Amino acid sequence: MRTDGLTEKPTTYCPGCTHGVIHRLVGEVIAEMGVRQHTVGVAPVGCSVLAYDFFNCDMQQASHGRAMAVATGIKRGRPDLVVFTYQGDGDLASIGMAETVHAANRGEKITVIFVNNAIYGMTGGQMAPTTLPGQIATTCPTGRDVSLAGYPIRVAELLATLRTPAYLARVSVHEPKAIMNAKKAIRKAFKFQIDKTCFSLVEVVSTCPTGWGQQPHEACEWLEEHMLPYFPLGDVKTPEAAH
Amino acid sequence: MPTPIIDADRCKGCELCVFACPERVLEMSPNINAKGYFFPDVARVEDCTGCRYCLLVCPDTAVQV
Repeated sequence: MRTDGLTEKPTTYCPGCTHGVIHRLVGEVIAEMGVRQHTVGVAPVGCSVLAYDFFNCDMQQASHGRAMAVATGIKRGRPDLVVFTYQGDGDLASIGMAETVHAANRGEKITVIFVNNAIYGMTGGQMAPTTLPGQIATTCPTGRDVSLAGYPIRVAELLATLRTPAYLARVSVHEPKAIMNAKKAIRKAFKFQIDKTCFSLVEVVSTCPTGWGQQPHEACEWLEEHMLPYFPLGDVKTPEAAH
Repeated sequence: MPTPIIDADRCKGCELCVFACPERVLEMSPNINAKGYFFPDVARVEDCTGCRYCLLVCPDTAVQV
């Protein structure tokens, strides 16, 4: 069911892609918190590139990986606005890693929705920094070889090592209970921004049925079986626990 | 009584709602929508408990309960 936070336009994502669920959750949160009229979203390059058509708030397009840099500018220019970015793993953890680490380190009061589906979706299923060891992608047809490509990056844990206070959480959208928890975490992340507390990032472990070559329901099972042991769910860092 | 309402034209036929329903209320229809996707039918409405799992998992905001 659609809330005010989303436009009427049907999404252009593949059937069964959980991007739609995450869009709905973000839309629900900004609508329910009553901040839709002064929210700006930043979408960079990736499957989320067309997000400006789907979110019913002001949107800004950023170049590949640079969403947090653009969001920093918007937030510093207009601190009264609620600013969020919506980025995939190829965007945030690969080409945009520098912007990600520095935005978190500066403690920008923005909210980052980080969609981790362990693959580059839009460009055709290439290996991403988050691709699991042994996982098959078009650029590693025999599976990710950790001796050549290293291990997948756990972005939330990596940012948790920074001293700057932040809210970092990892959630999933593979089943109804996880989706309800994801919404709670997204709401918390926006709350921390609105209260001017800290930088907030919610990593959403997500599926890519097309890129993974699976049926949507099989992809949800694969996520639970393979991704969750490597990407454990829960709050990774809260602002109170800053060290 | 709770009833799932499917907006067939928004549906992309991913079947996530069919698998999410604990009571097996939904079944894929033999018909297709305007985009050419099969969509779910509410086959056993009397079994619906109103848990809203179908609504929660739908990526295309095509379900209301």
